[in-house]
Amino acid sequence: MYSEKVMDHFNNPRNVGELEDADGTGTVGNPECGDIMKLQLKVVDNVIKDVKFKTFGCGAAIATSSMVTELAMGKNLDEVESVSNATVAEALDGLPPVKMHCSNLAADALHAAIEDYKKNQKK
Amino acid sequence: MKQIYLDHNATTPILPEVFDAMVPYLKEEWGNPSSIHWAGRGPRKALDDAREKVAELLNCSPVEIIFTSSGSESDNLAIKGTAYSKKSKGNHIITTKVEHPAVLSTCKYLEREGFEVTYLGVDADGMISLDELKSAITDKTILITIMMANNETGVIFPIEEIGQIARERKIVFHTDAVQGAGKIAIDTKTLNADLITISGHKLYGPKGVGLLYVKRGARVVPLIHGGHHERNRRGGTEDLAGIVGFAKAFEIALRDMKKEEEHLIELRTRLEEGLSEKIPHVKLNGHKDKRLPNTANISFEFVEGESLLLSLDMLGVAASSGSACTSGSLEASHVLIAMGLTPELYHGSIRFSFGRSNTMEDVEFIIEKMPPIVERMRSMSPLWDVKNQTGAKITFSEKSCTN
Ligand SMILES: Cc1ncc(COP(=O)(O)O)c(C=O)c1O
Ligand code: FES
Repeated sequence: MYSEKVMDHFNNPRNVGELEDADGTGTVGNPECGDIMKLQLKVVDNVIKDVKFKTFGCGAAIATSSMVTELAMGKNLDEVESVSNATVAEALDGLPPVKMHCSNLAADALHAAIEDYKKNQKK
Repeated sequence: MKQIYLDHNATTPILPEVFDAMVPYLKEEWGNPSSIHWAGRGPRKALDDAREKVAELLNCSPVEIIFTSSGSESDNLAIKGTAYSKKSKGNHIITTKVEHPAVLSTCKYLEREGFEVTYLGVDADGMISLDELKSAITDKTILITIMMANNETGVIFPIEEIGQIARERKIVFHTDAVQGAGKIAIDTKTLNADLITISGHKLYGPKGVGLLYVKRGARVVPLIHGGHHERNRRGGTEDLAGIVGFAKAFEIALRDMKKEEEHLIELRTRLEEGLSEKIPHVKLNGHKDKRLPNTANISFEFVEGESLLLSLDMLGVAASSGSACTSGSLEASHVLIAMGLTPELYHGSIRFSFGRSNTMEDVEFIIEKMPPIVERMRSMSPLWDVKNQTGAKITFSEKSCTN
């Protein structure tokens, strides 16, 4: 059902954990749906220096979380603006149709974290 | 890799004896049972024999058996067939919230057709209340349809008592016995049911064959109009090999039932004890005693079931889950929700359903492998952090589940 890449990210997820002094945190999802993603960023000079995630969800949710952190790591904030669910799903060699919403979640978590970072900056 | 199959409530493998009994009807005895010539005579005898055997096992008359294509068809025939035949008497149907979709979707369909349906709730153990059933009955009630045993939790309902209540009020009573048949004794003379659904593939018989027991005097309007098959109650040339296999499988299931029951309970008990002992925050779902011997439904709180199943599958272990993420519709188990479980519990539920082939070795394997799997998933779970107060509190979005 899942691609090898999905299974790889599920088995060896990258960047799992929490950042002690995160500059931005995005939490999306809903336990009733069975999925929650929390993604944290460390930003220096507009560049994502570190990123960590925690996810409650299916195999696809874990793999997409892991993949989105890889896509974001080291990138300029403007560069990741275009990261969408399709970008994440593609990077994983595709997802089963019913699992596409899990990749939405991953992209949403990233953008929510960036928004949170920007909000914090304004304070 | 060793394969361990713990999903017998989904389906069971065909027993070799059953397979052997079926083969002649896929090879030499290919005639139509309805033909009066030489090619039909062997098949006709086999069909009659299978019907008689099943009738004997259920303690009923052969004319009370309708062979169908599945448990789902039997449920449809029982419910729609009764609703349509009793339409002039009333339009009210009583069922429960925890039925199989074959019953629930049929009831929902009938609601759109103008029938009214009461869905009885269950308590935290997954049990219904007979008092609630009694007070749900109205003068318009024409049918009560309540399952014998639940496919997700194994919880067994008091079918005889329900049947008694229905009988006193002259209401037709159907029970979906798909999970009960072969695991608990069914005697139509004492069960008080007018209609009983059984399916072949849950008792080591073939898929695509089921039966509906229709008590003499009960009338069901056919779903499939056609020839005179099944006494004009179900058109279609019979799936003879399937029916012969079904009869054989049912016979073996009842022959070995006591012995199997002991074996299954032993395995289930060890699994539940072992996992509860080794893993914190584990909940056993379903009534402790009034439960099928083979079914364990266990919640591993704060982790999601699909990711557990995926991890188990990689070790060769097949089980199932009530998590929304494992269902095509992204809806979590309606059974566990009806029991009042929280999302953290129903999404983390795994159903292990044992069968003939399982051994204590299988159980010990799971007890050894499950703790690190759960631990790994919990270490990634933001809900686990919230629970342990190591992570910040999470506020949840209101977005719909399908995004
Ligand atoms: C309780 C119950 N009823 C009905 C069915 C449907 O039976 P079948 O698969 O033969 O249509 C099932 C099987 O999943 C079941 O568990
Ligand atoms: S998180 Fe529920 S389907 Fe992916």
